[in-house]
Order: sequence, then C-alpha cells, then structure tokens
Amino acid sequence: MPQASNAAEGRELSVRGLTHSYGGQNAISDISFEIKAGEIVALLGPSGCGKSTVLRAIAGLIQPKSGLIQLGGQDLANVSARARGIGMVFQNYALFPHLTVAENIAYPLACQKVARTERRERVEEMLSLVQLKGFGNRLPRELSGGQQQRVAVARAIAGRPSLLLLDEPFGALDRALRFDLQVELLHLQKTLGITTLIVTHDQEEAQSLAGRLVLMNKGNVEQIDTPMAVYDRPKTLFVNTFIGQANVLHGKVDRLEAEATTIALTNGKALVLPRRLNFTTGSTVTITFRPEDVRLSATPSASALPARLTVSVPLGPTLVHDLLLEDGTNLRASEVRGPSTFIPEPGAQLFAEIDTMRCHAFPSEPEAFRE
Amino acid sequence: MKASGFPYVIPMLLLSVAFFATPLAVLVGFSFIGPEGLSLHNYARFLGDAFNYRVLINTAKLGLQTIVSTTLLGVPIALLYWHSGKTARQIIIFLTLIPMLTSNVVRTFAWIVILGRQGPISETFVALGLAERPFSLMSTELGLVMAMCQIDLPLIILPLVAILSRIPVTYTEAAQVSGAGPWRILVTVLLPMMLPGLLAGWILVFASTSASFVTQAVIGGARNVYVPQLIYREVGTLFDWPMASAIAVVLLLSTGILLVAMTMISRHRRLVGHA
Repeated sequence: MPQASNAAEGRELSVRGLTHSYGGQNAISDISFEIKAGEIVALLGPSGCGKSTVLRAIAGLIQPKSGLIQLGGQDLANVSARARGIGMVFQNYALFPHLTVAENIAYPLACQKVARTERRERVEEMLSLVQLKGFGNRLPRELSGGQQQRVAVARAIAGRPSLLLLDEPFGALDRALRFDLQVELLHLQKTLGITTLIVTHDQEEAQSLAGRLVLMNKGNVEQIDTPMAVYDRPKTLFVNTFIGQANVLHGKVDRLEAEATTIALTNGKALVLPRRLNFTTGSTVTITFRPEDVRLSATPSASALPARLTVSVPLGPTLVHDLLLEDGTNLRASEVRGPSTFIPEPGAQLFAEIDTMRCHAFPSEPEAFRE
Repeated sequence: MKASGFPYVIPMLLLSVAFFATPLAVLVGFSFIGPEGLSLHNYARFLGDAFNYRVLINTAKLGLQTIVSTTLLGVPIALLYWHSGKTARQIIIFLTLIPMLTSNVVRTFAWIVILGRQGPISETFVALGLAERPFSLMSTELGLVMAMCQIDLPLIILPLVAILSRIPVTYTEAAQVSGAGPWRILVTVLLPMMLPGLLAGWILVFASTSASFVTQAVIGGARNVYVPQLIYREVGTLFDWPMASAIAVVLLLSTGILLVAMTMISRHRRLVGHA
C-alpha cells in the first residue's frame, strides 16, 4: 500500500443560490448544497439537467450569473480557475495527447513550479497510487480506457487539490470495468481524505460511490439525501421515478379519515392507504410504489387489482413480472426467486396486492409523468 | 470473389501519367543533355558557380522568412477563429481566402502601389515621424517577404483551422484547472497540438514561395534573384533548355528534401495521435 502521508487537506464546499443561464434561459436556478470536508457527494440527474454547469461553475470555467461558491470558507467568486486549487477529471479525461503519462501527471506540478526532482518523486508516487508503475513513458493513446481514466485521476490529484471534481468519470468505460474502478476510486478517496464531487447520470454509480446524493432535474435541486433515504423516502415524483423503478397510478382523494385515506383510482378501483394524506378531498394525486412492494396471487381479494401477465423475466436472483391492469396501465412486480418459485404463464389472470404502507403520494402534475 | 477497386483508378492513373509523370520524366531527361551526349555537365556547371549557390541559399532564406512571418500572423488568426462564433468564423475564412481568389498579377501590382514611394506604408511612416523622407520597399527583400506573406497566409491558416476545429476546449480547460496561465497553455498545449497543422502549412508556404516567379521578379526586382528567375533566364534569354531543366530539378529536389524532412517530423509518435 503506497503511503499517502502528504495527502491533501480536504476542504468543505458550500454552494448557495447558484444561478446561470445560457442565452436567456436558466440552465440552473438557485442551486444550493454543502459538502463536508472529506465527503463524497454525487450530483445526479438526467442529461441536460444542468449538473455539468454546476461543476463548471465550481471549477471556475464559467462565471455564474449569481450565487456563492465557498471552498474552505473562502469565496471563489474572484478566484480564477487556475488559482482555485481544484483537481478535475474530465468526461473524456482530456489527457494531453502529445505528453507522456508521466508528463501529464506532472503538468499541474509544473504549473505550481515544483522543483524537478520533487516533481519526479510525486509522479512516481501517483503512478504507484493508481497502479500504473512502469507506464510513465507511454502516451495516453497507448493505454486502455481504464488506464487512461486512472491517469486522469492521478493528474487531478497530483497537485494536492483541496477539492476533486469528477465529470462522468466512468461514462466511457464498459460495465465490468466500471465497478472495479469505482471501488478503486473510493479507496483512493478514503486514503487521501479529499472532498469529492461526482457528476453522473448513472444512479448505480452515484449510489455506490457517494455518501449523499444531490438530485437535480431541469436546473433545480429536487432532493439532497443519502442513497437509501432517496430510495425509501423520495420527496418528489421525479426522484421517485428517477431512482430505481416505480409503478405510477393516478387517482383522486375520495375520503380522508384519521388513520386512512381512500384513493379512487382512474381505473375505477379504490386503494386505501393506512395513513392520513396531506391533501384535500377531491384533489388529484399520483400514487407510486416499487415493484418489490407488489405481491401477486392467483386468487382475488378485496384490495387486490386484477392484472394480466405480459411477461416474466428472471434477472439473476429476482423475477420481474410485467403486467397490464384492466385499463391498460403498466404494472411491474418483482420477487426474490427461490427454487420453488412458481413462474406463471404469460397471459395469466393474476391479482396484484400492493403494500399500501410503502406507497408514496404526490400531487398530480400531468406534464411531470414519465410514462 | 472480392471486387478490386483498381478499374476505378485507371482514369486518374492515365491522367497522372500523361500530364504529370511524363512531362517530369522529359524534364529530368533533358537535364542530362550535355555538349557531348548524356552527362551531369549541367549540374556540375550550375553547382560549380558561387553565384548560383547564393541564389539557392537566398531562395531558401526567402522561404524561411515567409514561413516565420506567416506563422507569426497565422497562428493568432487561427486562434481567433477557434474562439469566434459562427458568423465571425465565416468572415475570417472569407478574408483568409481573398488572396487566393485574386489573380496573381493583380495582386502583385497592388503590392507595387502599397510598397512604392507614394504608397500607404511610406506615407504613414513619414506622417508619424518614423521616417525622414518617403522610401520605397520595392526591390527589397522586406517588401518581397511582406507580399509573399499576404499571398501565402491562407496556406498556413487553412491547415491550422482544420486542426484546431478538431481540438476540444476541454484540453485548455484541463490545463486551466491544473493551474496553467494563458501563455503556458499556448506553449504547452495549443502549439504542440497545432504542430501537425503548422508542418503542413510550412511545407505549402515553402513550396509556394520558392516557386512564385511573378512576385519574385516584379517586387524583388533585378537586385534580388531567386532560382525561378535563373530558370526563366535559361529558358527565355539563353535558350539553354537542358540547363533550365537541371536547375528545375535542383529546385525540385531541395524542396522535396525539405518536404520529406517535415513529413518525417510529423510522423513522430507524439504527433501522430492527434493529427
């Protein structure tokens, strides 16, 4: 294990009210979040949600219209990109093609006017840290994608930055390699204790790397929470449907009681949630639940919705069923597959029992539906 | 059976052989005709003359001076193009191409006016008090390099623009985040990445300058003699066509050697990847 005694001092990052626009239209509006020193946070959202804009503003590559960015308590507004002391891994790594691996890694050190001998030592240290010892004299194009990514990480941290920014760092790699490199990065980050912000559209990547997620959609922050909290207690319909899979049913609040709410679904059925919802009677709502919260049975019961099976797909240890409700709405159910699990025939008439304890209710916004 | 593409190349091949390879072979063959049959007599006579040597060196010097000045002008223009929006880019390309769209003779006569005693350069210098009396840049090497520079500027800007448009801005951003200032980015990132384009441009500029007879003759005048004028003298005045052929072959070879050298540089492993 290479020593990392001279690790960079991670600093806390604070972004408040960050707003930026391209050509009149706001790309991001009022983005606020904090990253504690040494923490890993992922900025997660679909492509075009403005997450890269946030990253570029933090790096100093664009001048945001308004908002405050502080690194270790210092306001970065009047600090140029070259003076911010931030390391960044670009989406396609942006390794200088005419420089060798060692020269690429030494680049930030040369900019900091580090003495030649010290520079060489640091490069060797970085090379062994990212397990590329002996690759120093190669050119970037002579390396594989995964090796290039490691060089990019090494270059980003060589200058001992107090913040590491990663822009879709695993996007160009194939799936099998991705997980290994993620684990490696996580290990590296823990050793160095460097504050890290990862931008990604891949929720699995975000969940496996980050301690907290900042979920973005259409230039706004939707939720900031741990991966588990985001999955279990989504604050908005977008978060619910973006993270993991969700079934969506529409309906109207029919009756409100102290410990229960009856929803009249658009397909004529009723769903009773075992808690009082914060809606007035008659308001339209969207009910969501995860595939694992649906139980299928062959016999009808009072609260079950009749559904016809379209297809059953075994995905490793789980079995995923795609169903159609009577009104044509899609429904997905999943269960853990055991040796005795019964696999129904496509077209079979089944009854879907929904775990109403774990349903989420959101106000209906017709334009926000994903399907 | 896989169809061969060869039949489609035949027309081009015939054209090349008839109008390029054959005349060149005739030219080379001519150069060996001496007073007593085939010999290297013409070459020996040409290279044995100290004056001819000076002319050869002057021609190379003219080429190098034009390369340096077009590079100093072309690189900033290419970088300006890189940073510009769509409309500005079109304007830059149009302005770059204008010298190529003008007739060589018209262009050269325009330079006679510009470089002359009553020309704008002379008058500006006098008006600013930088020169005591009007001067002419005609028949000077400086004037010739200026004219050459304008004529050959597109030859260096176009390859540079082509190569710059393939360089993503993330490279300069990566340098910026690493802590590099504008000059460091220019020297360590942009110029090395532009080098393949520069080499291509330099080859074109050198070939064009060393062979531009009209401009050399009109603006350089009788005091500045370059290889093309020597060839012209042999052909038009002395009617010694074998000698003219020999000089042409020498010019062709010296330009060719430079071209091969630059091509070899551009094959360097550090330059291949992003060319």
